[in-house]
Amino acid sequence: MAKIIVVTSGKGGVGKTTSSAAIGTGLAQRGHATVIVDFDVGLRNLDLIMGCERRVVYDFVNVINGEATLNQALIKDKRTEQLYILPASQTRDKDALTEEGVAAVLEELKGRFDYIVCDSPAGIEKGAQMALYFADEAIVVTNPEVSSVRDSDRILGILQSKSLRAKEGEEPVREHLLLTRYSPARVAAGEMLSVADVEDILAIPLLGVIPESQDVLKASNQGEPVILNDEAQAGQAYSDAVDRLLGENRPHRFLEEQRQGFFQRLLGGGRG
Amino acid sequence: MSFFDYFRNKRGANSAATARERLQVIVAHERGQRNQPDYLPRMQQEILEVIRKYIPVEQDDVQVQVDESNSCSVLELNVTLPG
Repeated sequence: MAKIIVVTSGKGGVGKTTSSAAIGTGLAQRGHATVIVDFDVGLRNLDLIMGCERRVVYDFVNVINGEATLNQALIKDKRTEQLYILPASQTRDKDALTEEGVAAVLEELKGRFDYIVCDSPAGIEKGAQMALYFADEAIVVTNPEVSSVRDSDRILGILQSKSLRAKEGEEPVREHLLLTRYSPARVAAGEMLSVADVEDILAIPLLGVIPESQDVLKASNQGEPVILNDEAQAGQAYSDAVDRLLGENRPHRFLEEQRQGFFQRLLGGGRG
Repeated sequence: MSFFDYFRNKRGANSAATARERLQVIVAHERGQRNQPDYLPRMQQEILEVIRKYIPVEQDDVQVQVDESNSCSVLELNVTLPG
């Protein structure tokens, strides 16, 4: 049975698309047929992060409107087997995603894929609500920072009241916390909320902690999901998160400050 | 962390603790409001207007809350009268 996973956050810029790309790629790497669907109508960006921006011909809205078939709109990833991307439309029409249209497309995707990863737009408006409406599981991407944590709590409230599962009185959407841009050194210095702080406030199970890393920007510059970089801590942390998502037990890594040499510290090098 | 940070850090020490406390308060407050019916703010406004016809009160002096238990819902109205 196909699973629909929404990657959401409320706040913008916390790493939803980066995380969708990494987790979708990770699921496909482990042999699951996966499609990542960009719900950010008007602000398409998943294609850039996945490095397939020049191969977009048709999009999600074209499929809903019957202007293209799903096969025409799906882009096959060139690096990872069993991985596809359904790009968002760049239309400015905010009502382009109708509930019936989205339901029909997701239904068709369910027949072909094991995992449907929905990359949500920021905010709590219709677009974000549409992305989470049909979800079985939700990955709430949060930065260790006050506005992000507060917005995550709001989006959790929406998941619990406005998702299809909530409305139908079914088993609730399974929630996961993904803490991104985490800096152990700053936590140790008392300048940043710790994993425990955020877990305590949001009270949902922790899927993973992605350390703040220069490799994430490098990956997006190159259009390669950071999970493909085995040497990057961020890539390894995403890999662990995908394993946990699939029910495996992985200890959390990169939560402690890495010891730096005296001179490195003196010169302020190596942070981040 | 550079050499000079060691001196700078001492002052704004543990801003994370402040962040945690502020979040705990605001999140608890917002969760309390989340389950309340949509008409509540409007009703609070109208009740406020009625009270104001007779007594000068501020917006914050009137609190309306709905508490739901298993069998019944309780509408709680709290008015702080000027002393």
